[in-house]
Amino acid sequence: MASATVSTAQASARRPPPEGFRVFTALVAAAAPLSLLAIVVVLAQQAWPAITHFGPGFLVGRAWNPVTAEFGALPYIFGTLVTSFLALVVALPVGVGVALFLAEASRPRLRATIGIGVELLAAIPSVVYGIWGLYVLAPWLYHHVEIPLNDHFPNLPLFGGTPRQTSILTAVVVLAVMILPTLSAVSRDVIKAVPNGLREGAYALGATWWETTWRVVLPAARAGIFGASVLALGRALGETIAVTMVIGNRPDIQPSLFAPAYTLASVVANEFTEATGQLYSTALIELGLVLVATTLVVNVAALLLVRTVDRG
Amino acid sequence: MRRRLGRDVLFKVLMYVAACVALLPLSLVVGYTIANGWQAAVQPDFYLHFERPEGIPGAGVQHAIVGTLELVGMASLLAIPVGILAGTHLAEYRQHRWATWVRLAGDVLVGTPSIAIGLFAYALLVAPFHHFSAFSGAGALAVLMLPVVMRTTEGALLLVPPGLREAGLALGLPRWRVALHLMLRAALPGVVTGALLAVARAAGETAPLLFTAFGNRRLVFNPAEPMPALPLTVFHNALTPYKDLQQQAWGAALLLVVLVLIVNLGSRLALRRQIAFAGRGL
Repeated sequence: MASATVSTAQASARRPPPEGFRVFTALVAAAAPLSLLAIVVVLAQQAWPAITHFGPGFLVGRAWNPVTAEFGALPYIFGTLVTSFLALVVALPVGVGVALFLAEASRPRLRATIGIGVELLAAIPSVVYGIWGLYVLAPWLYHHVEIPLNDHFPNLPLFGGTPRQTSILTAVVVLAVMILPTLSAVSRDVIKAVPNGLREGAYALGATWWETTWRVVLPAARAGIFGASVLALGRALGETIAVTMVIGNRPDIQPSLFAPAYTLASVVANEFTEATGQLYSTALIELGLVLVATTLVVNVAALLLVRTVDRG
Repeated sequence: MRRRLGRDVLFKVLMYVAACVALLPLSLVVGYTIANGWQAAVQPDFYLHFERPEGIPGAGVQHAIVGTLELVGMASLLAIPVGILAGTHLAEYRQHRWATWVRLAGDVLVGTPSIAIGLFAYALLVAPFHHFSAFSGAGALAVLMLPVVMRTTEGALLLVPPGLREAGLALGLPRWRVALHLMLRAALPGVVTGALLAVARAAGETAPLLFTAFGNRRLVFNPAEPMPALPLTVFHNALTPYKDLQQQAWGAALLLVVLVLIVNLGSRLALRRQIAFAGRGL
């Protein structure tokens, strides 16, 4: 016994240093964390003049006037949050439905087709969604959704104002389509990870498929589906080009779904190359920093949620 | 009981409806892009000429095609080797704490808004030199591609039966030979398709190029100059009021969609073959 302890102690004392290959690839792999860190640090450093000049009031300011050098982020934060959350609300039921289908439907052929379709949906470039949203979706929504709702409920602020083709509604629909793949792919993995014994137990008690799904499978997968939603929310918050093309790009805070708005990412995309003066461009970088900080927190939270579930 | 069964059928139908609803936007986007873009994309001028002033016939997007090739090529040279080595590290030293951190950072980097990566590349590669350049655009795209290549490489390596690694180590091969000559070679089809998926993704990105490559109306080869790209052409031309520029935008969008469809469907076929092969190996 004693000799065994001594020999392991000797072995650990003589353990060779990690081999060169491991050290080398570990250093190369540092590129990912370093890029992430560098993005945050560089943006914070670039935005510093604006941060010190405006203070925390920047986040709640409503003015955006390059001539008088007054800048406030509130309309952009409003537009970003409203479009992203509404997109999530629209996409969530469909996404969970698709996830259930991909995890549980009995026809493998059809399942594979839908799976490929959803994957392709994620691969289509954002600018293609943008041009489609601008020339196909926006006019259709205008004539078939916005005008009728506006006529029928003229007093409801949600449908009030003057309907426009490029509006919050159009941006919400485009975003909902774009986050659907994230939502359904992650939810599918989570639903698949639910132990089969739970399902069998419910069936053995005489539950139907839907009762099993609604009362057993979905509650068991709840945390993971929540994580998938947060992950999808992060994608929606940062989506730039498609939203820029369909949201109308006006920094207003209006209650109507049919009004134009502006998002953090869109205003940076539109105005950064034209920004004159240090304060203007650093204010835009600060908007970018707000966006990065938000998505960073949202993504880390979502990944931790999904991971704990995957581990069971 | 009948009510319970009725509800069961109702929700099963709803599940199928959700699956079909998910396919609807895909077919609409692809369908309309083909319908609006084919007229521009079938003309030889579209590939042989570059941008001309509005109203003069025979304009094309040759400059943007060349620009996209150049930008994505440079980004690939940077991101693919780094991504493959990093992915190898993640697969070979899975349980180590550093691998867990790198994996998390990679997943967060995938979700980082691409416009922020554009601002980052602007601050590092454009502002110090006082002019837009293809180099900076390629740098931004490389940051985007890196986590994708890294994670797909790791995934492909995990599909290789671990017995291969053990056999190599048992024969006394050093770890780097086992990792690079046995494992990576066995996983090669998966690694290559992962890299291709990253390339297709980078080719369609607009936001990181807005303040880096910036765009150009002429054909340029010098990577120190502002460089045009297909997504930039779609973005800028779609927002003009001119019909023929909009046509060009749809045509360029069609090229991007075709590229994405070919790479994604092709890689799916190739991967399926590899998985079948790996299964036989067991």
